[in-house]
Amino acid sequence: MSHDAVMALLAISPLIVVSMTVVVVMLLIAWRRNHTLSAIVTAIGLNVALLALLFGWTMGTVDVTSVLVVDDLSRFGGVLVLMSTLACVTLAHHYLEGYDGPRDEFYLLLLSAAAGGLVLVSARHMTTLFFGIELLSMPLFGMLAYTFRDRGALESGIKYMVLSAAATAFLLFGMALLYAVTGTLDFAELGAALSRDGGDPWLLAGAGLMLVGLAFKLSIVPFHLWTPDVYQGGPGPATTFLATASKVAVFLVLLRLFQSTLAFHQDWWHDLLGFIAVITMLVGNLLALTQNDLKRLLGYSSIAHFGYLLVALVVNDGLAVETVGVYLVTYVLTTLGAFGVVTLVSSPYVATGGTADASPLHHYRGLFWRRPYLTAVMTVSMLSLAGIPFTAGFIGKFYIIAVGVEAHRWWLVGSVVLGSAIGLYYYLRVMVTLFLHEPGMQRRDATHDWAERAGGMVVLGVAALVILLGLYPTPMINWVSWVAGS
Amino acid sequence: MTLVWLILIPFIGGLLCWQAERFGDQAPRWIALGTMLLELLLVLGLWIGSDFSLPAEGATAAWTLEWQADWIPRFGIQVHLAIDGLSLLMIALTGLLGAMAVICSWKEIVLRVGFFHLNLLWILGGVVGVFLAIDMFLFFLFWEMMLVPMYFLIALWGHSGSKGSSRIGAATKFFIYTQASGLLMLIAILGLVFAHHAATGNYTFAYADLLNTPLSETTAWWLMLGFFVAFAVKLPVVPLHGWLPDAHAQAPTAGSVDLAGILLKTAAYGMLRFALPLFPEASHAFAPIAMTLGLIGIFYGAILACGQRDLKRLIAYTSISHMGFVLIGIYAGTELALQGVVALMVAHAFSAAGLFILSGQLYERLHTRDMRLMGGLWGRIRGLPGFALVFVAASLGLPGTANFVGEFMVMFGAFGVAPWIVVIASAGLILAAVYSLFIMQRVYYGPPAEETPLADLDRRETILLFGIVALVVFFGIYPQPLLDTSAGAMQIVQQSVQQVGAMTGGPQ
Repeated sequence: MSHDAVMALLAISPLIVVSMTVVVVMLLIAWRRNHTLSAIVTAIGLNVALLALLFGWTMGTVDVTSVLVVDDLSRFGGVLVLMSTLACVTLAHHYLEGYDGPRDEFYLLLLSAAAGGLVLVSARHMTTLFFGIELLSMPLFGMLAYTFRDRGALESGIKYMVLSAAATAFLLFGMALLYAVTGTLDFAELGAALSRDGGDPWLLAGAGLMLVGLAFKLSIVPFHLWTPDVYQGGPGPATTFLATASKVAVFLVLLRLFQSTLAFHQDWWHDLLGFIAVITMLVGNLLALTQNDLKRLLGYSSIAHFGYLLVALVVNDGLAVETVGVYLVTYVLTTLGAFGVVTLVSSPYVATGGTADASPLHHYRGLFWRRPYLTAVMTVSMLSLAGIPFTAGFIGKFYIIAVGVEAHRWWLVGSVVLGSAIGLYYYLRVMVTLFLHEPGMQRRDATHDWAERAGGMVVLGVAALVILLGLYPTPMINWVSWVAGS
Repeated sequence: MTLVWLILIPFIGGLLCWQAERFGDQAPRWIALGTMLLELLLVLGLWIGSDFSLPAEGATAAWTLEWQADWIPRFGIQVHLAIDGLSLLMIALTGLLGAMAVICSWKEIVLRVGFFHLNLLWILGGVVGVFLAIDMFLFFLFWEMMLVPMYFLIALWGHSGSKGSSRIGAATKFFIYTQASGLLMLIAILGLVFAHHAATGNYTFAYADLLNTPLSETTAWWLMLGFFVAFAVKLPVVPLHGWLPDAHAQAPTAGSVDLAGILLKTAAYGMLRFALPLFPEASHAFAPIAMTLGLIGIFYGAILACGQRDLKRLIAYTSISHMGFVLIGIYAGTELALQGVVALMVAHAFSAAGLFILSGQLYERLHTRDMRLMGGLWGRIRGLPGFALVFVAASLGLPGTANFVGEFMVMFGAFGVAPWIVVIASAGLILAAVYSLFIMQRVYYGPPAEETPLADLDRRETILLFGIVALVVFFGIYPQPLLDTSAGAMQIVQQSVQQVGAMTGGPQ
């Protein structure tokens, strides 16, 4: 085997490891059903993949065939995807203990989706983009509807499936149009063609349709309508994956598209994107205001956060890539914390026929006086989502505002401030609910041993990391700026 | 390292209080009191041990102590702390009022005592951080951070006082007002940093470097406004004051004491330390508007105070009125006026804290703050009305109290710059007398609502109130220690403003 082929194999080894773990877990299930064993094998596979990823960092940019590229950005995305998947595995293990149906298949789906995420962050060709997105989404249908006897979960899975199919249709149509005009599907070549004859209406239509398809996945206004229902209905671990790994992978591929293919330097393009960013953050925040359901609220809040993130794409210059990196790290950590607590409070699963998770806000009333540390995690997550100093979320918001100020996009910066001010209202409402005392009200609660379980430890670790990165963000900033610079 | 400890002590003390709750309710209280006294001792030690002589001509800072360490090298952000006369006074005030806040909530707070003191001490830690930080990023961090514990303090231990407003609503309003305006300041800070980056190629958030950033006139104007709005919300300046009466009315006594005594002062401090020296030209151009706003604040606060039924809301509105004088003093920019601002800030901290503590003690006895239900208390509680008279007199600026010194110096100093503003502002003093007499008349005189005597002041309350009275009178008669300490810092502020005055030929 030639040297290049070995390098390529080594570089893509995380993906290979994850795929092999899928097979191993599948055979394991065929051989003997053991929930804990499946979870452990899954976790081992993901850890090995993560190690492979970290060891591959010295290799620099490696072309793996003409459709995949493993560079620092894709490794960065891989780390985020694998870490969030690992967190989901630990949360799922506790959650599914109460589920009386087959439990082990959840890990199969989770691993497949993680593999899809890994493909996506390395994609540099429309085929891999499509392949990655589908591999990421298809298992998610199953995961979201996993506890299918609950109406909420089933509804959530089906909704996500139908809307994903619509998004896929847009995506494919867009790709087809691009291919029809340019005759290529490679990002870089497409980019060259677009900058050569960017005025071509078919090219623009193709690019626009692709953007719509990806905007569906990222729940960017006006393609956000599925988000709250899916978030609310889906089982905790599945929603956690959807909110973290899946969004990160799609956003990174969008970033790659913007770096090469969709890098129009035309005012109307930036204005259009800026407008989308503004309405995304405002609509997300405004709709979250009246929610009484924590998971729905987090869904709307994630819409708003992707609105903030779009600011970096609109600017697409200077600090933009670094901003995306930092913001994604802080967003993933914070979201893992918030959804982790929701999942822990909902664990183990109890069939209700409706929506199984502890998602109404009043379930969390006075949680602090029963589970102080768990509540501390939730408080930290809420503060971080709101972007309060000394949490990682503030560093992310700092970057977003910095990138906007640097590019003199005052309208965007103003909307970020307005959005944050609105957002504070509902984050604070969640926070204060946790602390209000209501004697004699028995609500759903985490199990007594939550902190000794893997999921609990992960959630505590995530919260500690959110605080640490808020206090001393230098390592993260150095890492991300190195990734962005190379 | 002393400066780092000044910030760390309240934070560590807060954590200890939280954990000490398991040893009973008294433990957190004593720990909190000990923490604040330690803080106070540390500051007083610094005060005695430092030299606050006037700085050399042309100096841009008069730090007596500095501490710095790298933090986020990517943007040239440092943990950079420094203390001069002004920040020292403010921190001493923080320590003192912090201890008072602990003492006055000794019996008021009975639920979740540990967590309460955690929040109380973390507010104070954040405030000390604001007074010490001279890296803009760090300053902003502390500025925003102190909102969180304050929010909890109001939301969890507040009273649901007047009709139509809940404590959570008030806390949320407070948070959103200050946080959103704070983000405007962040934009302004970043604008300044990027302007500096464009001029020099370096990212830096250091105050000393940013002082010399070349700015175009419009940029400076907008950035100055960003800072001003953030400080104006906190001070508060009238169109942006909406959060203050609600926050005060719902907050527990300790919260009100901190809010009026210290948190409002961070805004004045911010203007003196950052808004004026960073943007002298723009501030000079803005001064007439700012002084007019101050004037509006004086009258608006005083007139609304006269119409209040809730005792704490009334005191809250008087704060708005007093802060109007502070704003006029700051933007008058003469050395006398600036020194007057310092004296007034200290004096107002004492008198407002005293009045809030008194209203807290009344609430403990009467379980209402509605002044229509009071009246004739002079005969029913011994001791308390007498103290009330002293603080009310201080609040209206009677000679012999520290408030008189402050107001007099502000008006004297501002007269040369803006005589008409001062003439009109002095009419506001009449209104101050009116609302002060309203307090005395409605609460303590007149026909008593009931005849039953109420509990006398106990030893804790008496000592606390005596302490404040002593300070008010002492600084009213002999304010020189205050003025000597802050003279250096104020001279630097004044020089930066004066240069502009000399250039543009404006009145100085």
